[in-house]
This record gives sequence, structure tokens and C-alpha cells, in this order.
Amino acid sequence: MYKIAKENLSALFRKIAENQELYVPVKTGNQVNFGAWSKEAEVDLDTLKTVKSPKDAFFPQSENLYTCVRDGKKLSVEPEALKEQDFVVFGMKACDVRGIEVLDKVFLADPVDSFYAARREHGTIVAMACKEPEETCFCNVFGIDCAEPSADVAVWMTEEELYWKSLTERGETLTGQVKELLSDTIEEKVEEQKQSIRAIMEKLPNAQMSLEGWNGEALKEKFDSPLWEELYKPCLACGTCTFVCPTCQCYDIKDYDTGHGIKRYRCWDSCMYSDFTMMAHGNNRTSQMQRFRQRFMHKLVYFPANNDGMYSCVGCGRCVEKCPSSLNIVKVIKAFEKQGGDKS
Amino acid sequence: MQEIVNRAKELLADGTVARVLGWKAGEMSYDVQPSYFETAQSLDEFVYNGFCGANLSKYMIEASKMEGKTLICLKPCDTYSFNQLLKEHRIDREKAYIIGVGCKGKLDIEKIRAQGIKGIRSIEGAELTDAADTLTIQTIYGEKTCAYSDGMLERCHVCKGKEHQIYDELIGESKDTKDGDRFAEVERIEKMSPEEKFAFFQKELSKCIRCNACRNVCPACSCRKCVFDSTKFDSSQKANADSFEEKMFHIIRAFHVAGRCTDCGECSRVCPQGIPLHLFNRKFIKDINEFYGEYQAGEDIEADVPLTSFTFDDVEPGIVKERG
Repeated sequence: MYKIAKENLSALFRKIAENQELYVPVKTGNQVNFGAWSKEAEVDLDTLKTVKSPKDAFFPQSENLYTCVRDGKKLSVEPEALKEQDFVVFGMKACDVRGIEVLDKVFLADPVDSFYAARREHGTIVAMACKEPEETCFCNVFGIDCAEPSADVAVWMTEEELYWKSLTERGETLTGQVKELLSDTIEEKVEEQKQSIRAIMEKLPNAQMSLEGWNGEALKEKFDSPLWEELYKPCLACGTCTFVCPTCQCYDIKDYDTGHGIKRYRCWDSCMYSDFTMMAHGNNRTSQMQRFRQRFMHKLVYFPANNDGMYSCVGCGRCVEKCPSSLNIVKVIKAFEKQGGDKS
Repeated sequence: MQEIVNRAKELLADGTVARVLGWKAGEMSYDVQPSYFETAQSLDEFVYNGFCGANLSKYMIEASKMEGKTLICLKPCDTYSFNQLLKEHRIDREKAYIIGVGCKGKLDIEKIRAQGIKGIRSIEGAELTDAADTLTIQTIYGEKTCAYSDGMLERCHVCKGKEHQIYDELIGESKDTKDGDRFAEVERIEKMSPEEKFAFFQKELSKCIRCNACRNVCPACSCRKCVFDSTKFDSSQKANADSFEEKMFHIIRAFHVAGRCTDCGECSRVCPQGIPLHLFNRKFIKDINEFYGEYQAGEDIEADVPLTSFTFDDVEPGIVKERG
């Protein structure tokens, strides 16, 4: 375990950025999102949650796949180069890291997504413990310990210092690069913070939420529930929940007309949108209720059914904070729980 | 609040209305959601407090297609949107029973959070009847306070007034919470150089994630199918292919709602990235006021609309160039 004084953090970032790209939470016009570090960037490590999750670092909202250029009767196809530079994402939270593990299940399974795999190969994650979890957090429900994030490097922030613990080989490499700025310390220094974080988590309103009944076997019962008709109604059909989510992984592939060819790109899609999964024969989900249901069934039923019980919600609570109609996965889980209770 | 619930129960019981469109209590004190209530029992979850900022007018488009009347709760500023939708024949007056609910300014949880208040357990003072000056907020990290007006939505600082523009009956008192100049920010931007203006909007709009929340919540955005949702349109609705597209979406939208936007402020309320989208609309409103005389969309349903009625006194397009 190492430590570094908080006032030396900018030196640390400068050092990391000497060897690779660096992404950190950056404040722009009162909102904090992950962005490329620069000397001018306003780094904000105090805000608990970035608006968007850091999944962009591995799965950007839009990215080119290849370019077609027409030159007279000739047509050339240029594939987009895969990520070749190393990069570091600093300040992800334990829930965000689990989010990437969820994406791994999708994009690293056969057939492997080469764009995503290249980023995973070149990316080092430095995850930070959540000093002050908020009422919208419920990561513990999914077995995540936000006091002890598992990543390449785990860091803890106290009033004056940042504590640094390398957890993987990649983490060791990064540690080696910045070692001159770090000083040795003992692990006990962060024990107190870990205990305090865990104690706070227990007190949070959604910390005791039960996921009983949410699994692959529950497919038909949950799918056919009349509750969806009631739950979806205030939904505006915007894509906020899906775009701030660390695990939503659906994407669309589109062409951008460059005037002398096209750029074929992919961009995040949202199951809330009317053209989601539209095919030549039409759309298999024709109502907003069906689209709304899809999102929660995917996270709590289909995904665990196909991935050894792993849920594709990590309890980060971004949707809880950002839904314009205050709908969210917590309300869905609790509505089903209540209905179960009413029955008995 | 109880008065609204009691009245809603009466109107449901005597068959005047088939359902109630109001707000439902959430899991926490502030996550109130728009909701339909069809039974007296379901109204137990009805809530009306400082967090009922959502403008329910647009839900009336769908409610107009339903069987029977819908009791809709509208705050004074929401009634402008309702009127505008009526004027555009998007909703059916006969299908609505409007209870004009009193409003003393609505709260924005983001503004409360921006003051460093986190881990919120409960918020006292957000109950409408109290009209508290101060919110007392219990958090995991101790008790905090926040002046009510510091937690208010931007739009409430430029309140259009306490009068409901349309209603069947009124319940509760309203207060004009205006303490700012509606066009001050627009004027500030107007004074910028073109480069500064560009930089300002570039900075704000580059945050846009194309979630479409601003469009979907907007009562003026009531097209059955938005051009941005068309699969035949060259621009996608879900990603900005380049920095031009991120501006194009918002500028097209602002032009499309010009003259029809009532300045209800929902776009800015729902933007997850905190983009001050209302500034585009206010610029148009300010220009309309200056070029065609004071006009407030949704105020008078019979009035001529400046941008769609021609008079020989209308300004020539060249005014834009002359004004610089």
C-alpha cells in the first residue's frame, strides 16, 4: 500500500499522462463526466457519481467502424483502426467496475467484439472507494462492496491523502510508472474508512432491498405481470436511463453520409426508443409498455439467465437520480415485492 | 393536498371523471412521479408537494384518447401549456376536468444537491401548505438546511404569476415566486461576441447525450412522429455523429417550438446534463416580444399568433442583419 498527499494529485496525473492517455472525472458547466485529463481540466474527485457512467472509455457512445470512399467507379473500404494506445481510467467506482464486467460478458464472449476487446486490453482501471455513498446507491444489493473496489488499482481518499493499492499485474505496471510520487504506508490506514463506508451503506434506504424472485426461472411470471401496464405509464420514452447506465450495452449501426461515401458507425441504442430492434419485417415491440418492460426484464431476468445469475444492474442509482419522471429499477423491484406481499 | 384528494374521490365516485392525473409519492421524499389514479383507494398514494414540478399537460394528449374524462391537476404555469395544446387541437377540452392546484414554487432536487447536500433521508418544508422559507433536510451525514428559494427550479424564479389560465375549479393558494428577470441571462449572452456565444453554446451542448428527454417532455413537441425518429432521415436521433449534429438537434427544436413554447421550463428541468435549454426558447420569446409586441403563448387561446399571422407591419427579415 502506498499513499500520496492530495496536493500532489496533479503531479500524479501529469506523470500518468506522460505514458498514456488519462481519463478522469472532469467538471464542465456544473456537471461531472469522465473526460480526457489536461492541465486545464477541472478534475473533480469529490462528486460521487458522474452523470454518464465511465463505460464510454471502453464502449463509446458512438464510434466509427469503417469508412467507404467512392472515387469515380472505385470504391474503397477502410476499416477503423483498433485502439493501440494504453490508457488509464482514474476514479471509477466499484459499481462502475462491475458495469465493465457486465459488458465483458457481452462483448468478450464469442464472437468477440474487437473494438471493445482492444480497449480492454489497453485500459488500466484505477477505482476509488466511495467515501460518502448516497441515498440513491444500492450496489450492495448486487454484492458489490464500494469500500473495496476490485480493479487494477484501488484507491481511497481521505481528508489529506490518497491511498493506493495495486491489485493486478497491470496495476503493478502503472504503480511502477508513478512510484517516485508515492510513499509506503500500511493498509490499516484505510481500514477505518472501509468500516465507515460499510456502516453508511447499511443505513441507506435501498440497502435492504431483496432480489428474491428475480431470476431466469421467473421469466414468464414476470413477463406476463399486469404491473407493467401500471409502471410504464409516466415513462416519457426518452433514453436517459439507458444512456447514463453503466451496463446498458445495446447499440445500433448507422451510416453517416460524407458526401463521397459513408462512415459506418455504431452508437448506443435505447430500448426506450421507437425504432429499437426494428427490422425489415417491422418492430417486435410496438408499445412503450413493451419497451419499458424490456429494460427491466433484460437486467433482472434475461441477463442473469444467460450469465450464471449475474444481474446487469449494478445499483449505481444514476437512473434513480436522472429519470425525468422519477421512474427507476428500484421502484420496479419494490412494486413486484409489494405485489408479492399483497398476494400472501 | 387532502382537499385535492377528497375532491378527486368525489368526482370519481359520482362518475364525472374516470381517472385522475396527478402525482404519486415515491420511495424518497423527492422522487414524485406523474401518475394516473383510477380508484379511491389508489389515491392514498396521491401526493402534492414542492417536488411536483412535472407539467402534466402533455399527458393529456394520450388521456384525450381514453374513455371518459380525466381529472388533471395543473399548476398555474402548466395551464399555459394546456391552453397551447388546446389551440393546436392536440387535446380535447371535453375530456379534461381541470383542477387548478395552488403553487408556491417548485423544487429542484439537483439544486439542493448542488449545495453539497447528500445522502438525503427526508425533507421537511416541501409540503405545499407550509410555504416554508427553509427546508430542513435529514441526511445520513447530519441535518442540513436550504432556503426554499435556493432549491427552486429556475422557472419559478421567473414565475409567470399565480393565475391559472384555464380551470374548472381551483384548490389551494398560489404565490408569485418571481424574484428574477426572465430575460437577464438572454441579454447577457446577446452582449457576447459571436466567438464567445459560440464557445458558450458549444460548451453546454457538447454535454448533450441525445437522450431526447427535453423533446419528449416538451408539451410543444407533440408531433406524432418526430423527424429525428425517422429511419429515413439522415441524422440519427440517438447519437451526435459530430459536433454539428449536437447543435443541429437543439437548434431545429428551438425553431420548431418558436412562438408556441410557453417557457414552461420542462426541458431544462429534465436535462440530465444540466444544459440550460430554456435559453434558446427565451431568446425566441424575447425577439417575438420585440418584433411583434408582447406575446405569451398559452395565455389567450383566441389571440393571433405572431409567427403564423401576417400583417403589413411585420418586420422584414433584414432586421436581423441591421440589429447585428
